[in-house]
Amino acid sequence: MSYEPCEKYTDSALRFGDEDHYPERIVGEFLGEVVSNDWVNGEYKHMILKVHARALDSYAGQFFHLLCPSPDGAEVYMRRPMSIYRIDKAASQIEFLYKCEGRGTRGMGMLKEGDDFNLAGPLGKGFTLDPKWKNIVVLGRGVGLATLAPLSQLAAEKGVGITAILSARNPGVVMSKDLFEGFGATTIPVLDTDGTSDVANVEKILNGLIDEGKADAFFTCGSNRLLSLMKKVGKARGVPGQVAMEQIMVCGFGACYVCMRTFEIDGEKTLKRVCRDGPVFNMQEAVGW
Amino acid sequence: MVDLSVRIGDITLQNPITPASGAFSWEYNDVIDLNRLGGLVAKTICREPRLGNPTPRMAETEAGIIQSIGLPGKGIEYFVDHIVPEYARFKPPLIVSVSSENTEDFAALAEELSVPDVDVIEANISCPTRNATGGNFAMHEEHTKEVIGAIRAKTNKPLWVKLSPNAGDIVSIARAAEEAGADALCIANTFLSLKIRTDNFRPALGNKFGGLVSPALKPIVLRMVYQVAKVVKIPVIGIGGVTKAEDVVEYMLAGASAVGIGYAGFRNPTALITIIDDLAAWCDERGIKKVTDLIGAVKDDDMEMDTLVAASAGV
Ligand SMILES: Cc1cc2nc3c(=O)[nH]c(=O)nc-3n(C[C@H](O)[C@H](O)[C@H](O)COP(=O)(O)OP(=O)(O)OC[C@H]3O[C@@H](n4cnc5c(N)ncnc54)[C@H](O)[C@@H]3O)c2cc1C
Ligand SMILES: Cc1cc2nc3c(=O)[nH]c(=O)nc-3n(C[C@H](O)[C@H](O)[C@H](O)COP(=O)(O)O)c2cc1C
Repeated sequence: MSYEPCEKYTDSALRFGDEDHYPERIVGEFLGEVVSNDWVNGEYKHMILKVHARALDSYAGQFFHLLCPSPDGAEVYMRRPMSIYRIDKAASQIEFLYKCEGRGTRGMGMLKEGDDFNLAGPLGKGFTLDPKWKNIVVLGRGVGLATLAPLSQLAAEKGVGITAILSARNPGVVMSKDLFEGFGATTIPVLDTDGTSDVANVEKILNGLIDEGKADAFFTCGSNRLLSLMKKVGKARGVPGQVAMEQIMVCGFGACYVCMRTFEIDGEKTLKRVCRDGPVFNMQEAVGW
Repeated sequence: MVDLSVRIGDITLQNPITPASGAFSWEYNDVIDLNRLGGLVAKTICREPRLGNPTPRMAETEAGIIQSIGLPGKGIEYFVDHIVPEYARFKPPLIVSVSSENTEDFAALAEELSVPDVDVIEANISCPTRNATGGNFAMHEEHTKEVIGAIRAKTNKPLWVKLSPNAGDIVSIARAAEEAGADALCIANTFLSLKIRTDNFRPALGNKFGGLVSPALKPIVLRMVYQVAKVVKIPVIGIGGVTKAEDVVEYMLAGASAVGIGYAGFRNPTALITIIDDLAAWCDERGIKKVTDLIGAVKDDDMEMDTLVAASAGV
């Protein structure tokens, strides 16, 4: 391809330690420096980036839009949205947990310590925690756990009790157990291999947690099946909930109307932009595929 | 310091950099200072609220993205009452893009949009996923002439017309728009295209067809701008594949008075500002005092040619 890469714009992005020329802007285009980018298991990688102070001003449920390098000779044209997995303000670091899947995430997987990585954000509306909630339940599968991790971190900092139900194919791919437990969460791994990740079983666990008074609110991300289930149980038992949604995205700012999904509000179906109206939505308004 | 200002008819832009319709909204103020742009261009608005096309609305290809959004919006009333004021907070002129499937409604919409805070009406007669008699008027001369004539009769605002790269002969369409009263031509919209997934044999977009957006299209659109600018008297705005200041220079040399930028702002949200800064620096380095000196300054009349070929061509 004869397309010239726009290195200049990358150079103009804010780097760690740079003076901030637009402190009043709530979103920035940053150059992070890769601290590490390691495999968690056969499918997922964990990236730690050193970033400019303004990029740390992000909260649980928001995302960054990443300019992934190409894994092959051709260009990767669009950015890829990625939830914030962890924010470490003291070390000026943000982290992503991602599945190496298509060209974008495979390109991201090739980055090495010391490499630059262009990110735009923080973008979107994150989770909200009602001060009335004393105990929450988070239910995630796959990369959905990445999105729920900073929420759990936030909840733990506010003294909220957390039960994390971690759904996975087999014990080998249960991720983030240590991280969630590090926040003081009680973890319940549920697996495909022994049938515990079954809808009926997860439903039983959710109802049990409500009975024990451990579920003032529900949070989920990463599985359509689990969303429908949590929504159903939440509706039946009067437990409020939030869900982080995904959709193919282009701009990330709300301008292009590519990342639309259907929501049902007061019985009426409507489309919303995942990037700007979300990605976190009221679980009862979310409609699965 | 170079003077970056350009005039498009009666409108002065502080620099030739504008966003492209549909690829921009006031929400970009989160990341860049919109007051620095040459103009603000709103997403194409239609009369009735529209949901737009089925998802997925974007697919990546080896050489760009194809997209089919389907002009979603909340309708003209909401637009005038709520969206125009969002843009009116900023200084650059507001260019409002509008589309309709029939001529009378198109003209009526343009009239209703001619409110004080709107500076320019941009008639999007080239949405690639609409058909030639149903909104994609820019495929044919006579449809173009008819719809632009009707709009002209209903508004005194400057009228810019967005043309289609899918038309067979864009030069005659451009002439038709000029004769019908256009004040400027935006060249061009996106290229009608298709992607089929080999994993499930289905079209990649919910709407099947989409518009191709890619830096690879710049040479094609540049050629169109060059050809049109040679024959019309009204200003031309070049839109397609601009990702850096030199691309703006190239469009201006070909005869454009300004450019519109979509894709580059998706790739690098700060790109429009960087391009403005780089354009100023590019001119300063070369001692160019006014950016308007670049318009149509391509040296195509005294081309250096291989002598043997030149002799045989009778030059
Ligand atoms: C707000 C948000 C937060 C996300 N957070 C994470 C995260 O923390 N970790 C993680 O691994 N993934 C996350 N994703 C999903 C991630 O963006 C996609 O997996 C990624 O864009 C795929 O890119 P690719 O180049 O690897 O694959 P592609 O080749 O582009 O596509 C591979 C597959 O992923 C699907 N896909 C492509 N883009 C998206 C998208 N934007 N959203 C959903 N599916 C997509 C495609 O339809 C296809 O099935 C998030 C998505 C959103 C919208
Ligand atoms: C997501 C998206 C939405 C668009 N919507 C519109 C639109 O509503 N009206 C319009 O006239 N052009 C629309 N366009 C076309 C752009 O305005 C522009 O003509 C095209 O993207 C080429 O410019 P670029 O190469 O700088 O992106 C859209 C383009 C994209 C990518």
